[in-house]
Amino acid sequence: MTKRLVALLLAVASAPALAAGGVKLEASHANVHDRASLQRGARLFVNYCLSCHEASFMRYARVGQDLGLSEEQVAEHLIFTGKGVGETMTVAMDRDDAIAWFGAPAPDLSLTARAKPGGADWIYTYLRSFYVDESRPLGWNNTVLPNASMPHVLWELQGIQRPVYAEGHQGDAAHVERLELVQPGTMSPAEYDQAMRDLAAFMAYVAEPAALKRESMGVWVLLFLALFTFLAWLLKHEYWRDVH
Amino acid sequence: MSSPHPIMRAVHGVQAWFEERAPGARQWWNRHAAQYYAPKNFNVWYYFGSLAMLVLVAQIVTGIWLTMHYKPSAAEAFASVEYIMRDVEWGWLIRYMHSTGASAFFVVVYLHMFRALMYGSHQKPRELVWVIGMLIYLVLMAEAFMGYVLPWGQMSYWGAQVIISLFGAVPYIGEGLTEWIRGDYLVSDATLNRFFALHVVALPLVLLLLVYLHLMALHEVGSNNPDGIDIKKVKGPDGKPLDGIPFHPYYTVKDLFGAGFFLLICAFIIFYTPTFGGMFLEPDNFIEANPLVTPDHIVPVWYFTPYYAMLRAIPDKFFGVVVMGAAVMILFLVPWLDRSPVRSLRYRGWISRLLLALFVVAFVVLGWLGMQSGSETQTLMARIFTFYYFAFFITMPLWTKIDSTRPVPERVPAHD
Repeated sequence: MTKRLVALLLAVASAPALAAGGVKLEASHANVHDRASLQRGARLFVNYCLSCHEASFMRYARVGQDLGLSEEQVAEHLIFTGKGVGETMTVAMDRDDAIAWFGAPAPDLSLTARAKPGGADWIYTYLRSFYVDESRPLGWNNTVLPNASMPHVLWELQGIQRPVYAEGHQGDAAHVERLELVQPGTMSPAEYDQAMRDLAAFMAYVAEPAALKRESMGVWVLLFLALFTFLAWLLKHEYWRDVH
Repeated sequence: MSSPHPIMRAVHGVQAWFEERAPGARQWWNRHAAQYYAPKNFNVWYYFGSLAMLVLVAQIVTGIWLTMHYKPSAAEAFASVEYIMRDVEWGWLIRYMHSTGASAFFVVVYLHMFRALMYGSHQKPRELVWVIGMLIYLVLMAEAFMGYVLPWGQMSYWGAQVIISLFGAVPYIGEGLTEWIRGDYLVSDATLNRFFALHVVALPLVLLLLVYLHLMALHEVGSNNPDGIDIKKVKGPDGKPLDGIPFHPYYTVKDLFGAGFFLLICAFIIFYTPTFGGMFLEPDNFIEANPLVTPDHIVPVWYFTPYYAMLRAIPDKFFGVVVMGAAVMILFLVPWLDRSPVRSLRYRGWISRLLLALFVVAFVVLGWLGMQSGSETQTLMARIFTFYYFAFFITMPLWTKIDSTRPVPERVPAHD
């Protein structure tokens, strides 16, 4: 009976997560516990993302605390908008400008890593999947998010990719088989992948800053509960000695 | 009688002082715990009743703390939840306890209900216990649905839109009814506000009352057991059932162990996989509610998906809603549909075993189907299993009667 119950619980636990739409996502191996990676990610984030997007739920001061940066370091390296350290990471771009230039304000990135199926893997794959597409208003398209309105902001780093279409589907965005790097950027593909891993890790952190504390303290809670359960079992055993 | 130790003397003194001034307190405690005789052969399936109460209390306590920072307004709700997750000390933990608790509640309640089906706990004389339990389940579903709307994410919003629109299928008054529920022409601030009121005040009060009645009704007739034996039939010279043991301390310590084990599992989820792969907290609900953008797939949380699969399996909206409602309502009738002369599955024949096993398969598969996009094969499967779900109950008087049974012993088979 107990076995059957355990099997049932396991069956529930292993239920498949939501599948990502269409494209197979690459494993990002982003690690929110890698502080150096988060710091590099934060740097990329404020330099490249924050000019159009915002992370309006995330405080600069919290980023500093969690990433081991002093307030001065945060003010110097992460804040380009003249904001105070205690404020949230809001965007520099004017809302009306954003609508005029891109059709809509760029989405808030506070929770993107939690809102996208696949989370950090989605972000990682998305940022590696831009390609040149002259039919698009800004000249860029993306295999993970077809017809994305975002241009390839990081093209200088990655270089330029061109699509290789499936047989008989020339120019069809839905049938891009793979992407080919036709013009190298300032980073090698391996460096670029690492940079995107860092950025994905930082965005995963931004989506849930509590994850750092949660995962490190969870062990102690589990150990305490295991001890409690063991003691409760001993107590039960003692009381039930006379029940036959 | 005086205890030798001064501390014990003081404790007894306080106890005596209290009992003189609270008539009935001691009797109440004896009636429901210290001298409530429960069968001694409870197995692992008998943990879920006390666990359900534990979760209820945990939900109420964490819920109270959440309301201290949550803002029930369409403009502020989503941000206030993120505020709790980021800026409120331990807010993330309280929120995850509450969101995990919601799913844990249904896990525990489903297992508790299955236990009753398996051991015939709904049979005479426990019909009222079962019916009150079903009312609890019904109120719990409303409680969970309204609570899910409060974070005001996309799935909160569109889930509410879909569920409330189901009431529109009621002939003649449908449209007016949906407006009355929403307090508006669409799900809006007014809806969120009233759902908040119902979720944090009205329904918890109803739940507490029903749980109390559930227990009182149970203690009137006594607990069933895995063998379905009536322990009151064989009593010792002291008038106590020979196969019974006082609930306190025997089952209180046993349930303490069960609670520890259960909390261990919950803590693992809370600390290491609070979204549970998108099943407890869905990705789309991390996007703020937007009445202008409909998510690709609107899917309820896992505990509603079996009924959702039934709804989608029926091509006609009105009939679909009827089927979905009937699927829940038919459960109320189980005590009268079951005509078996024995309670427990242990003494029933292969027909009951097979059909109950298939029922579990049907319910789980329907739950899975309710999460899928609904291809043609899936719709066909949903129809077959919906048919089985109803056939199981409708033909229950027949198969419980013709199934073979083995004689139920007088006494609980010796264990340990």
